[in-house]
Amino acid sequence: MYIKLANGIVYDPVHGINGEHRDIYIKDGHITRKPSSNAKIGKTYDLKGKIIMAGAIDIHTHIGGGKVNIARMMLPEDHAADLVEKTDLTRSGCGNAAPSTMTAGYRYAEMGYTACFEPAMLPANARQAHMEMADTPMVDKGAYAMLGSDDFFLRMLASKKDQAAISDYVGWIINATQALGIKVVNPGGISAFKFNQRQLELDELNKHYGVSPRDILKALVRAVTELGIPHPLHVHGCNLGVPGNLNTTLETIRAAEGMRMHLTHIQFHSYGTEGDKNFSSGAAEIAEAVNKNSNISIDVGQVLFGQTVTASGDSMLQYAGHWHAHPKKWTIMDIECDAGCGVVPFRYRDKNFVNALQWAIGLELFLLVDDPWRIFLTTDHPNGAPFTSYPHLIRLLMDRSFRNDMMSTINKEAAAASTLSSIDREYSLYEIAIMTRAAPARSLGLKNRGHLGSGAIADITVYSNNKDKEKMFSKPDYVFKGGEMVVRNGKIVKVINGATHTLRPEFDNGIEKTLKRYFDRYQTVSLGNFKIDDDEIVEHGNGKIIVQPCM
Amino acid sequence: MDKTSNTTPAITRDVICPFCGILCDDLVIQNQDERLTILENGCPKAVTSFESDIPNNSPKIKGKNVTLDDAIDAVCHILKKSHAPLFAGLGSDAGGIRQAMHLAEKTGAVLDHMHGNALIRNTLVLQDLGWITTTMSEIRNRADLIIFAGTDATNFPRFFERVVWNKQSMFNLKHDDRQIVYIGDTLDTKAGINPNGKRPTLLNCKTEHIGEIFSSLHALVSGASIDVTQIAGIKLSTLKKLAEQMKSAKYGVIVWSPADLDIPHAELTIQNFTEIAKFLTRFTRFAGFSLAGNDGATTANNVCAWQSGYPLRVNFNKGYPDYDAHRYSTSSVLKNNEVDALLWISSFSSNVNSPRASIPTIVLATPDTKLNFKADVYIPVSTPGVDHTGQLFRTDSVVALPLKQVRQSPYASVNSILKQVIERM
Repeated sequence: MYIKLANGIVYDPVHGINGEHRDIYIKDGHITRKPSSNAKIGKTYDLKGKIIMAGAIDIHTHIGGGKVNIARMMLPEDHAADLVEKTDLTRSGCGNAAPSTMTAGYRYAEMGYTACFEPAMLPANARQAHMEMADTPMVDKGAYAMLGSDDFFLRMLASKKDQAAISDYVGWIINATQALGIKVVNPGGISAFKFNQRQLELDELNKHYGVSPRDILKALVRAVTELGIPHPLHVHGCNLGVPGNLNTTLETIRAAEGMRMHLTHIQFHSYGTEGDKNFSSGAAEIAEAVNKNSNISIDVGQVLFGQTVTASGDSMLQYAGHWHAHPKKWTIMDIECDAGCGVVPFRYRDKNFVNALQWAIGLELFLLVDDPWRIFLTTDHPNGAPFTSYPHLIRLLMDRSFRNDMMSTINKEAAAASTLSSIDREYSLYEIAIMTRAAPARSLGLKNRGHLGSGAIADITVYSNNKDKEKMFSKPDYVFKGGEMVVRNGKIVKVINGATHTLRPEFDNGIEKTLKRYFDRYQTVSLGNFKIDDDEIVEHGNGKIIVQPCM
Repeated sequence: MDKTSNTTPAITRDVICPFCGILCDDLVIQNQDERLTILENGCPKAVTSFESDIPNNSPKIKGKNVTLDDAIDAVCHILKKSHAPLFAGLGSDAGGIRQAMHLAEKTGAVLDHMHGNALIRNTLVLQDLGWITTTMSEIRNRADLIIFAGTDATNFPRFFERVVWNKQSMFNLKHDDRQIVYIGDTLDTKAGINPNGKRPTLLNCKTEHIGEIFSSLHALVSGASIDVTQIAGIKLSTLKKLAEQMKSAKYGVIVWSPADLDIPHAELTIQNFTEIAKFLTRFTRFAGFSLAGNDGATTANNVCAWQSGYPLRVNFNKGYPDYDAHRYSTSSVLKNNEVDALLWISSFSSNVNSPRASIPTIVLATPDTKLNFKADVYIPVSTPGVDHTGQLFRTDSVVALPLKQVRQSPYASVNSILKQVIERM
């Protein structure tokens, strides 16, 4: 029995389809070729004039794990204005900057998203991250394990262990924590903060281990490459939020030495020191470097105005930023000689020079980077803004006059300091489909997602075209997940549980002997109990694990 | 497993002990014909809990033995009739709490944990000014000054063995490099004596005055002068010495246990700890560490937070989560007649029993539970980490561990009972 989506206008960049009238056929949860004329079509949706894209994919959103739960617990006032009642179908909860897990899943689906990836899963906290993701319905999910400030790795690097051993360790971590990728946050800086260092430049040495962020990046980039992990090393660089960090970011791009690297929430790493306030946009330089280096991909981490909470593994710079907390409360944690976190509520104000310029810098980056296959739409939820502001952000990118209207309302000095108003570019629907579907799927190695070709999983979003793109992307007509209709007119009509995507890279498991000794000696958890087996993930009821192939 | 045979005993290693918040995970347990013996690493609490036999018990309705099936029907009947139930105790693992949350939402229940009073002392501090905290492996490898504030950690029997007097540490911290200080009343400082015989420092004061001691220390570390000779019975010179010690520590930790701070101004006292840790972090590294989480308290708090957005205490009566740390306490909603049925859950120990209430009462508790009243429904439950697998959070609220099953129990888990209740309602 087939489902037919008839007469829609299809945007499928993987197949070069740019707004063409096509029929789409679904069978057994997959998109298929046009069946023979005597095949039975069970259900036909007439989508005349409707826009069809693959389900959207968020490559970087803090949806699950310890720091998000700290944010929820610390900020009851965040939820008060957005309480969500239970319905016959859906569970209750709350929305806003630190939403409950179920509400987050529903709202992602209601915006047309079918997969979300938690970028900062601390190995020591991985079990919690998976439990929270299990309670995030509707969407597929997965997580990147955070390395680079963990004692075992730094010890290996300090004692000049060969790259093969380091790669074995990285492979072991992916398996043990059921991860889909590797992230590094302020490389070595979270560890350095525990030794009372307050800043760490790319070539500055961690006081205890004598290794630099550059050493860490190189070792991890090589490990990710050698293990064949599809998603390049996900890098939250040094000096987040520090004026002048654009040079660090340019140097970090050079440090990749042509190997693939993903620089996340790059907006927070694109600041110069020019002008009276010693704070300026580095977007042009960063965009130029990204344009020139095809090994680099980025996501933006756009700032949008309003109250949110910043939740990051970067305890060093979250501590440095705590003076700006709004409301005035904040949490920092050192975690298991493995990592750390910092949770600082923040309000971005459009009349504040720095915040307004941050907003402009993010948009400049979006508009100055040429290749939508290497730039992904994120707000670093919730750090730049809650993910529910994506439709607004899409409108800013697609609608120049709207953008300029907004520009006229922000801090005047910031508006004057930005080149934004001189940039004419408007994103097309095709480019939006690349940056929110095709490109993230390709970057993560999800071969049968992010497109609408035969064999793809039928994760599909259908929109009514609207001149107001914010309206259009806020409320899809239909969302299909695995061929089932789960959202109609922007509302959940069926609750499902998405799968968890993982990898099983090959590595020499001999490393486990060394690790066992290490855990027994120093850690407060045994090696066996640290590892998360498949049953644990499946028994929570989130369906299944999908093991993605390595390259 | 065949209970009559004298088979070779099954030995399980790396067993996680769920009976206190620090979740030691190195126990070696032997199962010989369903009788458990801890071969290695059992503290007295673990030995008592793991090694006692499973008592014979049965589901009961008003004291009369019934089948599990009938008991579950009776639970549904009570909850269906109820307009505002209270789910209290909440001593369960993540799976059990997930079901309890779902059922609470369905029935419009208030949720509170048996250690809710202790739990919210921390929550209120987190929500007021936040904090800097640390975890067990950090203390084990890094802490060169540990101040026990109002607690001696004796309710967490292996705390010192696991994270203070450990033989090896990542950064070669020797026993003599660690300074141990106790501040409080009637504290047992034996565990704080270092293996080389060095005694800890003890500042004896009433629990009520610990906050005052810490705010004085805060004044001293920030360079203020204090114009009295003693504070809460402690000489100013002693406090000055400690203030200097705190300033010169490389990684100082203040350990408290919210349950041990049973005073009206507990959260202000805890805030005195966390604010001085924040202040000292301007110059050196300092952090707080809360010893809690018995009976799955940290687990219940975490699951409640990710599913509802709020930590405990939450009321689902309006169909959405309504959070109020004071109003929705077990004692307060019972006293104010805000609830009309009680579901008590306690699957780890029978130390805290269901309150006796004049409303229909359902008790899901360990089979050794001795109630001083006849519950409307009683169902004996198995224990996570002994009788079935599951997940539990450690006191630091970061590490969750995979509980093992080490014996067969004839009793159902809270998770499976509540799941059936949800399905039947």
